[in-house]
Amino acid sequence: MDELKTDVIQGTLDLLILKTLSLEPMHGFGIARRVEQISRGVFKVNPGSLLTALQRLDRAGWLDAEWRETDKSRRAKYYALTRAGRKQLEIETAEWTRRASAIARLLKAEA
Amino acid sequence: MSLWRQLTRGIRALTHPRAADEEADEEVRHYRAAAEDASIARGLSPAEARRAAQLEIGSVMAVREEVRSSGWEHMVATAIGDIQYGARHLRRSPGFAAVGIITLAVGIGATTAIFSAVDAILFEPLPYPEPGRIAAIADTGVDGEPLDVAFGTYRELAQRSRAFEAMAPFKAWQPTIVGDAEPERLSGERVGAAFFRALGVSPLLGRDFLPDDDRADGPNVAILSARLWRRRFDADRDIVGRHIRLDDSDYLVIGVMPHGFENVLAPLAELWAPLQYSTVFGPQSREWGHHLRMVARLEPHIGFGQARRELNQIARTPTPEFARVPWALLSQGLTVTSLQADLTRSIRPALLAVFGAALLVLAVACVNVTNLLLARGVQRRGELAVRAALGAGRARLIRQLLTESLLLALIGGALGMGIAEFGVRAIVALSPPELPRAAAIRLNPTVFAFGAIVTTLIGVGVGTMPAMRASRHDVQAAMQGRSRGVAPGYQRTRGALVVAEVALALVLLVSAGLLLKSIERVFEVPVGFDASHLLTMEVQESGQRFQSDSVSYRFYLDSIDAVRAVPGVADAAFTALLPLGGDTGTFGVHFERDPGIKEDGAALRYAVTPGYFDVMRIPLRRGRLLDAHDGPNAPRAVVMNESFAARTFAGRDAIGQRLRFGPEDGDWYTVVGIVGDVKQSSLDLGQPDAIYVPAVQWHWVDHLMSLVVRAHGDAAALTPAIRRAIWSVDKDQPIVRIATMEALLDRSVADRHFALVLFETFGLTALILAAVGIYGVLSGSVTERMREIGVRSALGASPRDIVGLVVREGMMLTGLGVAIGLLGAVAASRAIATLLFGVSRLDPTTYSTVVVLLLGVAAIACSAPAWRAGRVDPSVTLRAE
Repeated sequence: MDELKTDVIQGTLDLLILKTLSLEPMHGFGIARRVEQISRGVFKVNPGSLLTALQRLDRAGWLDAEWRETDKSRRAKYYALTRAGRKQLEIETAEWTRRASAIARLLKAEA
Repeated sequence: MSLWRQLTRGIRALTHPRAADEEADEEVRHYRAAAEDASIARGLSPAEARRAAQLEIGSVMAVREEVRSSGWEHMVATAIGDIQYGARHLRRSPGFAAVGIITLAVGIGATTAIFSAVDAILFEPLPYPEPGRIAAIADTGVDGEPLDVAFGTYRELAQRSRAFEAMAPFKAWQPTIVGDAEPERLSGERVGAAFFRALGVSPLLGRDFLPDDDRADGPNVAILSARLWRRRFDADRDIVGRHIRLDDSDYLVIGVMPHGFENVLAPLAELWAPLQYSTVFGPQSREWGHHLRMVARLEPHIGFGQARRELNQIARTPTPEFARVPWALLSQGLTVTSLQADLTRSIRPALLAVFGAALLVLAVACVNVTNLLLARGVQRRGELAVRAALGAGRARLIRQLLTESLLLALIGGALGMGIAEFGVRAIVALSPPELPRAAAIRLNPTVFAFGAIVTTLIGVGVGTMPAMRASRHDVQAAMQGRSRGVAPGYQRTRGALVVAEVALALVLLVSAGLLLKSIERVFEVPVGFDASHLLTMEVQESGQRFQSDSVSYRFYLDSIDAVRAVPGVADAAFTALLPLGGDTGTFGVHFERDPGIKEDGAALRYAVTPGYFDVMRIPLRRGRLLDAHDGPNAPRAVVMNESFAARTFAGRDAIGQRLRFGPEDGDWYTVVGIVGDVKQSSLDLGQPDAIYVPAVQWHWVDHLMSLVVRAHGDAAALTPAIRRAIWSVDKDQPIVRIATMEALLDRSVADRHFALVLFETFGLTALILAAVGIYGVLSGSVTERMREIGVRSALGASPRDIVGLVVREGMMLTGLGVAIGLLGAVAASRAIATLLFGVSRLDPTTYSTVVVLLLGVAAIACSAPAWRAGRVDPSVTLRAE
């Protein structure tokens, strides 16, 4: 099963993070686990890429970060979507849908 | 918004790197802990869970580095790291750093200083509105050179030309001001009414000149400069409308110029009055003397080409309304140039040549530093190899090395700005007195920008090749070290750089040598009199009591008697025109009609007191000199210079010929003597025609004359005593422009001297740099070839052979550089051809002297490394391997 796990497609990691955080604020590992679960293990998130992406999105102003206690009483950095982040999620979702449907149409035409 | 976050977060990470690292670490650690928890929850044992998490995440430090290096601040941090590393590196090798920095500082400093002069004089627009429309108009002499215009020419052009909005003639004027403060002789100008309009400036207070001010017998009005206004009148705003006393006449002050007004035409002028020439004048009046300069402002939308065509059309088509005189026929056309070009005409070739020389020095400096860096790269092979082995890519190494060369250049550039500051002061101090816009030469933002750009280009330029080479080394070979690792072609590169250096130095030295020879040749030109122990000064009479000519003349004769009585004075005389004094004044000469005489002309007028020729030691060729017998009632007598007489009378005897000089209805003068030629304006200019006339027999008595004093010993030391002697005759007379004749001689070659001093400085600098370069390369070569040298001597080569080997290598490089440099010098000498005098630009003596000098210096630079090589002990070197 592990061998089948795919690295997140280049450029979609931001969308996946934003989408995941649109449900509730989460820490890094939480995001990684959620992405893997929802994609049913198709996507595997590399921690280095994830944390780098989180820093980038934070700096872009789409996320806010905050250190909080977890339910296991550990300190963790929680990320939450900002208003700008929500807007960005809409933009990226629309863009992704547009591309995906285009690719789907292309594949159908091939067949 | 996001930009703000980018900036603040990045800066926080930069300023608190440890806190940022810890935060990133903590996040990664939490990630791992959470992963372990999740695995345990899935049923793994704690140990298995830890292994799984370890597998997934890898090194905490690696993840942290990945996160940290994604921000922009990472680039900055790396650059800072590179700089710190580079600085440490420079500190560790102070010798290398000092040589590199000083070399670059000299090159950058010299170039920047010269650029400040080039920029201010040649490129910076004149400080007037639309300076591109201001023209200088001059007559053209038979030699094609611009010539001062006559008022008659100005009058015709002003009436007939339509291309100019404003046109004004002007001449120097030196009135003496009296009043509450002590009397003072001022520098000023007599100008046409449109003078300030031509420049495009108007007075700060009061009004400009009106056409009605500028007519014969017009009102005595004056405009003051802000400097004079403040100095003499306490910046009193009520000065306009008041009268001031100039030369015993009342002048109404009608205006004050603004503080920022810079008069590029006469930088020292402090007040202006209308020219007030008559518009009705005969052919022999002063209105037909070539003694005026002319400035004009083009009409908008009219270019210089169009204006030039119009004026030359006028020059070719005389009209009866504007009759011309034989010496102002405009037959050579008129010279119309932009005012800026006119002002910089004499200095431009010297300035550009000097700038070229500075660039050559900069090139030599760069070559030298490139060489140093190359050598450095070889010494650092081990260190670079270690860094490469630890994972630094080639790009990373090149960046590191370039940062270091940039750092070297920046420190050199900063130091160079200090040198430039001194250089600018030296240039201003050295500059010939007529250098236009000397006040504008300074380190301004343009000059700083130039220096900064040059510095950056150099930093990258000198660093690139050494960085490419040093980073190319094969890691393994380099880490093994030893002389076997020297990359092939490395010595060839360094050798090529030395060749370039020698060639550049040779070009500079040949140019300096040619200029030096020119100046020697100029001084060999016979000036026509004995300039040693000669003191000169201008004495002016001012005051109502000198209205009578006899009183004026008496004052001069009494002054001579008083000066002769001063101990140490051999003799003294007055002349209206001082050779090399910087003035000219020509008058028309009209010879008595005689078919053998070619034509009338104009000649310099030397109105002199008896004894002038003896004081100056101007040799008599034929006839007699003027003396005390040529009094006011004696027959009119003149003396001519020999080349003028020979040309005019073409082999016939000049003595006894008659001529009219000055006003055409004046008396006939008889030529009584012929004297040797005398240089008037400068040693390197042609021989002007001269006529000497007794001051007392001239049509009027001059109120400004030059005193020449022949001293027994040091002439300058007599100045106070002579001044006291003149003041004992009349204490109110200003005495100015005191100078020894030798100083005047020097001043007449000031622009040559200016170029020469700079070329000598640059040539010597290049020579030293080239010597350092040769020494450095040979010395490096000997160090790297220790083993080879050891083997050679072990196989029986004598120390003599070894020394020969090294010297041969150095001299071969030098010889190649000399050969290339000779070609370069031949090409470069074309650029300084206009600065040469009496010496061919291909002068073989200069070329061979410079070649010998360079070879000699190169031999000295070779000797130390050669001597070291000769003492190599094979047993020591070979064991060291």
